[in-house]
Amino acid sequence: MANRTDQPGQIEAPAPAPEARTPFDPSPAAAAGPSAFARALRWFALGLVPSTLVLAALALLRRIGPADAAAAWLAIACLTAVLVLAPMLDLARLLKFLHELSLGGTPAPPEMRSQGAASAAAFALSQIRRETRRALAAAELALRSHEDVFDALPDAVVMLGADHRVLRANLAARSLFGRNLTGRDVSSLVRHPPILAAIDAVEEGEQELEFSLPIPVERRFIVSIRALPGEIAGDAAILISFHDITTIRRMEQMRADFVANASHELRTPLSSLIGFIDTLRGPAHDDVEARDRFLGIMAEQAARMARLIEDLLSLSRIELNEHTPPSRSVDLKKLIGSAIEGLEPRARARNVTVSIAAPDALPLVRGEPDELAQVFQNLIDNALKYTLSNTEVTVSLAPLENGPVSMPREAQGPVVAVAVRDHGEGIAQEHIPRLTERFYRVDSARSRKMGGTGLGLAIVKHVLNRHRGVMTIDSSVGLGSVFTVYLPIAAAESEPQKDLPQRLSRPA
Amino acid sequence: MPNLNLPHTAKALDRELGELLKAISRIGGMAENQIEEAARALLERDDRLAAEVIKRDKEIDQLESEIQQKTLHLLALRAPVADDLRLVVSAISAASAFERVADYAANAAKRSMVLNTMTPVPATRAVVRLMQMVKRQLHAAITAFVEGDAQQAVAVWEHDDEIDAIYSSLFREILTYMMEDPRQISACTHLLFIAKNVERVGDHSTNVAELTYFMVTGQQLRDRPKADFTAALNLGDDM
Repeated sequence: MANRTDQPGQIEAPAPAPEARTPFDPSPAAAAGPSAFARALRWFALGLVPSTLVLAALALLRRIGPADAAAAWLAIACLTAVLVLAPMLDLARLLKFLHELSLGGTPAPPEMRSQGAASAAAFALSQIRRETRRALAAAELALRSHEDVFDALPDAVVMLGADHRVLRANLAARSLFGRNLTGRDVSSLVRHPPILAAIDAVEEGEQELEFSLPIPVERRFIVSIRALPGEIAGDAAILISFHDITTIRRMEQMRADFVANASHELRTPLSSLIGFIDTLRGPAHDDVEARDRFLGIMAEQAARMARLIEDLLSLSRIELNEHTPPSRSVDLKKLIGSAIEGLEPRARARNVTVSIAAPDALPLVRGEPDELAQVFQNLIDNALKYTLSNTEVTVSLAPLENGPVSMPREAQGPVVAVAVRDHGEGIAQEHIPRLTERFYRVDSARSRKMGGTGLGLAIVKHVLNRHRGVMTIDSSVGLGSVFTVYLPIAAAESEPQKDLPQRLSRPA
Repeated sequence: MPNLNLPHTAKALDRELGELLKAISRIGGMAENQIEEAARALLERDDRLAAEVIKRDKEIDQLESEIQQKTLHLLALRAPVADDLRLVVSAISAASAFERVADYAANAAKRSMVLNTMTPVPATRAVVRLMQMVKRQLHAAITAFVEGDAQQAVAVWEHDDEIDAIYSSLFREILTYMMEDPRQISACTHLLFIAKNVERVGDHSTNVAELTYFMVTGQQLRDRPKADFTAALNLGDDM
């Protein structure tokens, strides 16, 4: 009887590779085990053993006839089968399910035929399994999002083990020090002696230091080094973060430079004024001819100081408004035309002609007429200063579908481009990015001789910032320079002659 | 322990090579810092900082002799071969290069203390800029060595002519100041020595780059571009 229910698995399954598979190997052969039905049948057969023995004994002792015994055995077998086979089958299936679960598989929960304890257990099990899965997924998600947050931190963060090797480094740290940081000793990343000393002495408390990385571009950081509390995954012991303060330091430097430059620029004409006043009071007191000449120079120096102060004031005025975009509309052709007229005497003095080229219909741009007039006056004035005598300065206007990519995003769209071209000596490439800095001069002696304040292009830049426009500079040494201004066109193009704010403020 | 079998020695060698690299990184960082602080002491006319730089020179000498001992120990006990041997040999040279660099920094600091007793010379700023440039070069060279990056080493090696060119133009500039105003000759001479020393630091950085290239590839870099013409500079008919 027991032999009839073949027990295959245990003996036959390991046959292909006996030493390779452990009993817990979740390979299909081992996981399958004896089929649930066979196992249930075996239990059933075992359950029949006592009654079979009793009936056989009774028949042998002749208490009952063999036919009766056979009939009784058959009746018992059928009744038992009807009563217990289904729950046993369920139980066997449950065992199989448990077995597969324990091997780490993800079996489908068994289908239950009866309402017994086995089916309740199976239900509870699948509940537990669902909960565990959810908790695991949540933990995984949390881990991943921690990793993402760690990488998204703007500061470079590095975690070290107690042996000062890198355990983890976030994205910013990897872009600062290189891709493969894990496992490297910290001194291969940073070798600034005070930082290494602070890492050695980390137990004594948190330290903050300033530190600079010289290549590729000098960058300054505030480095904070602190010990981590115990029990952090992977035995991280020390946390180092690098906070970039390059911009702050540069701004401080710029401010200091600005004050120094502005005072320097003012001091030069002032000391010449004082010198001439002394001379006029003393040795040249009665020298009429010298007095006239000196007064001329003094007037010139005073005018230079006045110009400088005027420029400084208008620069600070423009900066004040830089965040409120202008709301009026400007006809650039008319504006530039009158700027050129105003500069006509200067052009004639240098024997330079200024020509303007513009299409007949040009859209209006959004802007503050006075400020834009200053922009083009400065640009054309510069062109007149630096172009060679007997050449031409050309101003060309054109509507474009789109400005350069450096335009601020909110100003993307149709623009008017104004290019001011001179035929001067040109500007060397290394100066171009710095031209709009205050008091930056390619040749300071020449600039002063021409009466420049060193602020003209800085004013242009700030006005354009306010107008959400940009300026590009192209130049090649020996050929001349082109300064191109891009200004976004005014929104209400259909009614060009009206100012927007007036229309809005008037009660309709 | 009598039975040092192979895996044990290999592990010990790896650990000691790691220690050696760490020490090189440390001494390089110290040399770099010395140059930076010497430049700052010169620019800001800071006697206290200059004194610190001079005082710290001893620490670097100390570390250098430690590295020498470490390498000797490594060579004697572990008998490294191939790239390990190249690393050890290069480390000896690199450590002594960094020690020289630190000496130049200390010398610059000493001279800056003397300069602080004189009227400022306008060329100081240019010398400081040269020092900062050399410091960048040194930083790149040390990084290339520590990371075993032959490509970066070649980049450092090729950029030395920039430093030489700036040194040459600085030499002329300082000479002009001396001719213009004889009262500034002694201050200018100190500056000139600082500039020369800094230029030597640039050469040491190039040497470290060459060592790196040798260490990584086993081959020599040859024919360094030279743009220092001061040796052949005509000082003019009146001199």
